[in-house]
Amino acid sequence: MSVSIRGLGHSYGELRTIDRLDLEASEHEAIGLVGPSGCGKSTLLELVCGLLEPGAGTLSVAGESGGRLGRCAYMPQRDLLLPWYSALDNAALALRNRGLGRTEARARAAALFERFGLAGFERAAPAELSGGMRQRVAFLGTLVAGKPLLALDEPFAALDAITRAEMQEWLAGALGTDPRTVLLVTHDVEEALYLSDRVMVLSARPARIVAELRAPHPRAADRDAAVTDPAFVAIREQALHALRRR
Amino acid sequence: MRRWLLPTLLLAALLGAWQLAASTGLMATFFGVPDFLVPSPAEIASSLWENRSLLAENAWVTLREILFGFACAVVVGLGFAVAMHLSETMRYATYPLVVASQTIPILVIAPILIIWFGFGILPKLFIIALVCFFPIVVATLDGLRSVDPAAIKMLRTLDASRWQMFRRLEAPTALPFAFSGAKIAAAIAPIGAVFAEWAGSSAGLGWLIQQDSGLYETARQFATVAVLSAIALGLFGLIALIERRVVTWR
Repeated sequence: MSVSIRGLGHSYGELRTIDRLDLEASEHEAIGLVGPSGCGKSTLLELVCGLLEPGAGTLSVAGESGGRLGRCAYMPQRDLLLPWYSALDNAALALRNRGLGRTEARARAAALFERFGLAGFERAAPAELSGGMRQRVAFLGTLVAGKPLLALDEPFAALDAITRAEMQEWLAGALGTDPRTVLLVTHDVEEALYLSDRVMVLSARPARIVAELRAPHPRAADRDAAVTDPAFVAIREQALHALRRR
Repeated sequence: MRRWLLPTLLLAALLGAWQLAASTGLMATFFGVPDFLVPSPAEIASSLWENRSLLAENAWVTLREILFGFACAVVVGLGFAVAMHLSETMRYATYPLVVASQTIPILVIAPILIIWFGFGILPKLFIIALVCFFPIVVATLDGLRSVDPAAIKMLRTLDASRWQMFRRLEAPTALPFAFSGAKIAAAIAPIGAVFAEWAGSSAGLGWLIQQDSGLYETARQFATVAVLSAIALGLFGLIALIERRVVTWR
């Protein structure tokens, strides 16, 4: 198991955010997590990444519960590129943090720019890039970090609908060539069902899993065909129903 | 264009009105004092020219005090801000003292410092640094604390150590704030210098103002103030220039 969560509980003071949650993800599996606002989805990701420690239950990434920070890459909703660094230096941040020299780190990150459709923008400042490009640079940075688990917290929420669809298709392709275990938190049921192998519907706070759905066409090459397929639409309705009932 | 034209026009209008009011004797009548105590801008300008070597000599003394005092304030201020940011104990322990340091009346402490350290440059540095370090500490500390918590999380999963977090995220975030603090400090540094010189000195623009007060040399006093303002403007401009060079991402 790449990710194993058993009986997980967490609270901020009196406020219980997560209650007896179980979740398993095998290697290179993508799990979508959808749920109402403020249900503790983001807290769950922070727990998995090792940014928070659980109050109850056990939690392991790649077989170990310690050192999770070193095995997870966290990508928040806003791209959070550092404005004082170029696109390339932002992408190379994790390598630099690990003690690689500037030239070596830049060279390694630069090798991926073409594949990510970012060729020619290596020296651009983050403010000069479009929302989709910034998100790709941020994603490139997390991939270059070489972590086995990607924790994506509503990665495309800040983008417009068209760009979001393009980015979903692009991410599907990127995960095809460079597979990772993924935990994807999103508000968007369609996004979760398209990008994930399985989708967990979470209850309102404290978060528990109320439904588990298997996606019919995970990361299909033709996104438009996949999301309009009757099987996909049926499961999407099922998920929305579970969300409303919760 | 507008950046230079507008302040120039405003200044010209103010000086024009002053010139008119002073040269017609209107101001002197209004204040109920003899004419020679109310210099017109033209008289101040000629005093500026006639006393240029005297003013330059004393300006150099004051400029040195301001530059060194300001430099001390930057070093100590940044040091304090970083220490207060990194250590909660340090912050809780020193923040009230840092604020309290600003309530020390300079008029009271300056003569004491002169008694302790003599007539040299040291007590002046201390007083200028005392007034300048406060805005630098407060602004820089606010900057360090304004770091986006989500960015901290992201950098932690990107394997940043404490030092790397500081160097790559916190320090650049705080930099524009620190510059704001330094600009405020630059504008008030000459006030500190004048008070310090009044408490005991034998040269400097503050000293000159004090001498001229007894001599009723009001025109030269205004000329001296003009030089003092020019020093503050120059220091402010220099910092703004450095800021534009360093903070390129804004």
